Amino acid sequence: MGLTLMEGNELIAWAAYEAGCRFFAGYPITPATAIYNAMLRLLPPEGGIVLQGEDEIASIGYCLGASMCGWKAMTATSGPGISLFSESVSFAIGSEIPIVIVDVQRLGPSTGSATKGADGDIQFMRWGNSGGLPVIVLAPADVADCFPITMHAFNLAEQYRCPVFIASNKEIGLTGESVDFPALERAPVVHRRLAPDGEPFLPFRPAAGSDAPYFLPFGAKTLVRQTSSTHGENGYITTDPAEIRAANERLDRKLTANVDRFSYYQEEPVADATTLMVTYGVTSRAARLACRELNKRGEKVTLLVLKTLFPVPQNVIRRAAAGVKRALVVEMNQGQYALEVDRVLKNHHVEFCGAMDGKLISPGRIMEAASG
Amino acid sequence: MDSLLNKSRPPVFCPGCGHEIVVRALDRAFQNMGLDGNQICVVSDIGCSGLFDTFFNTHAFHGLHGRVLTYATGIKLCRPELHVVATMGDGGLGIGGAHLLAACRRNVNLTLLVLNNFNFGMTGGQCSATTPSQAEVASGFLNRLDKPLDLHSVAVAAGAAYMASISGYRKGLNRAIEEAIRFDGFAVVEILGICPGRYTRRNKLTPKVIEEELAEKGHKNGPVPSNAGPEYGWAYRQLSSSQEPAETPTAIEAVLKPLTAARQDVIILGAAGQQVITAGRLLGLAAMAAGLHVTQKNDYDITVLRGPSIAELILSPGEIDYPEIDKPSVILALAAEGVARRKNIFGSADESTLVIQASGVSIPETKARVQVVDFMALDLKAQDWALAALAVMAESGTVIHKPMLQAAIAHRFKGKALVGIREVIDKIIDRLSGPTQTGSG
Repeated sequence: MGLTLMEGNELIAWAAYEAGCRFFAGYPITPATAIYNAMLRLLPPEGGIVLQGEDEIASIGYCLGASMCGWKAMTATSGPGISLFSESVSFAIGSEIPIVIVDVQRLGPSTGSATKGADGDIQFMRWGNSGGLPVIVLAPADVADCFPITMHAFNLAEQYRCPVFIASNKEIGLTGESVDFPALERAPVVHRRLAPDGEPFLPFRPAAGSDAPYFLPFGAKTLVRQTSSTHGENGYITTDPAEIRAANERLDRKLTANVDRFSYYQEEPVADATTLMVTYGVTSRAARLACRELNKRGEKVTLLVLKTLFPVPQNVIRRAAAGVKRALVVEMNQGQYALEVDRVLKNHHVEFCGAMDGKLISPGRIMEAASG
Repeated sequence: MDSLLNKSRPPVFCPGCGHEIVVRALDRAFQNMGLDGNQICVVSDIGCSGLFDTFFNTHAFHGLHGRVLTYATGIKLCRPELHVVATMGDGGLGIGGAHLLAACRRNVNLTLLVLNNFNFGMTGGQCSATTPSQAEVASGFLNRLDKPLDLHSVAVAAGAAYMASISGYRKGLNRAIEEAIRFDGFAVVEILGICPGRYTRRNKLTPKVIEEELAEKGHKNGPVPSNAGPEYGWAYRQLSSSQEPAETPTAIEAVLKPLTAARQDVIILGAAGQQVITAGRLLGLAAMAAGLHVTQKNDYDITVLRGPSIAELILSPGEIDYPEIDKPSVILALAAEGVARRKNIFGSADESTLVIQASGVSIPETKARVQVVDFMALDLKAQDWALAALAVMAESGTVIHKPMLQAAIAHRFKGKALVGIREVIDKIIDRLSGPTQTGSG
């Protein structure tokens, strides 16, 4: 019995490997490079492929090509690279190409500080695409959490045929922590549903009982069409408003209507709580400490750590807030997710505690904010 | 073989557009090679050349402007049995220039058809990377200020193993395309054509002029002997299959008893080259050998051979919530650079903190207890001070004991490295046993 000293970035790579990822392309960038390094050790000996792209745009382009061949693909970067991914994220959303995108967030704006943490890209991950259709964003809370979150990310990308972001943070990616590696949660591995034989294949027709289409890879006997243009079920350009509307509504619905099935969170409920503290990512560690101290003092605070950030798990947030008067959102930015909580908890007083200064938010600061 | 043209989606180019000739020539090349549609993937991006994928009954991928080579590369590496043909225009050539250079250097077995008609047809005839300086285009005077790019020269300079520039109006275009598809490596075919919708409304360009310009340039078409090399996918599979599988993360057995039941926070303040990060890792492993939970955070400059190097370790019997050190149990002050970066912690420390200070490294005023160690008197070079400081801690029963450190070293190092580092540590512990080597400061 013993533990292993691993960094969050390493665990993302290992989880990707165990989830069946065999294609990785990335461009070196602090603090995400260690994922590329680890994938380079993991994949080639197993017949997988790792490429160092000439830039981030190329890296994600390689992944989209690979994914359309039926390979599970991942790329990893930080703020400046996630910005360059933007056009391809829109493509993966609209053309339903499964891909896992890791954003090991660093302090912005812009090139910011390569070795300082932040959660400043949360809304960018959600909205940094043309068309504004939803994506899935999952946030690990600590080093060990990187493992199950990454496995979920691959499973969701496969099941819903969409890009899935892992919203990590320098403070998780580059922090070493003792973890019980064999005991980490391993969700059963999911694969995209292949089109059944003997039926005409339409690349964008939803599969039976699903809002996501069946998949066939390039190289299949049946011809496969993929396009970034506005398309009908047959993969050819369409200008029919009814068909276009139906497709866009389906792209929205396939994620937002199913979020209850993949709402990952941890809650430390307190009877008769007056405050709900909502947080995510590395900040949840300080928030947990703060909540425990506050509850010792008799200030009743329920802690909700969200691991599914987008689509917003509204039911989880509303349930957790039942009975409380106010919510406090704690995050390493200037109030990005607070906007979502404020929207979901219309009848509550929603406050925000956070900053972007390259430092973790301390338990003391959170306690001050919670005590008002 | 039958034509692979999609009869329900015939070409929709402007009358007289050179692109349509290329569609038919590509189809004839496919036919002559005896290919079925499912053996081919046509990859296109934006512009009039981006319509190509819809005209063929093949696998088809249509993506973003200038990115065609990125998709095609991913597809070819994952499905090497497919013939992957990418099309782009001179617009895509400009915006995707970095991808073209990378593809030339990389030599994946792809065919790239660049349909060069000297302007952006689809958006209104603006200048592209290949527009002649004297041309009249929709970009006002701007193209007069730029030199047109000669794709042939650029691709050859970048390492393309096959490069051909030909007129779309030349007989045998289909054979030129077929030769490129059959080439085992990255093959670029620049096909010069006329854009009647935009370019030739204000500029005189005929098949004859295209031939004259090609003749004037005098480029040699076909394989480029000086750029010949192994096909990337083949070479990739050769090299990757010889890589050793990654080692599964191994746990360190928690068989020892910790020195203390209290959480210990240790900060190592050193400089680049002092193995601070490695020492931090060893300290963490030592704690884990005694069943403690550990977090390690490192801080160093981008210039890894200069500047501070800092490791912060939390060693705790319970789970660690907030992974930040407010009040260190121990500070190892091993270099001025590290001390300067964290100078504030000395002022806020009280007597509950122990500073192990390398002799010669000055520290700010502090209420902490200070133990000075003269590493130089121990005949140790600065690069070994961080490891030596661990030995000092183990010897004096600070945070860790000797068996914990030994277990960490045995876990972290193997073979010669293990023997070497054990010698260093043993030597230090030996010398430290002498009572005159350390003292309070």
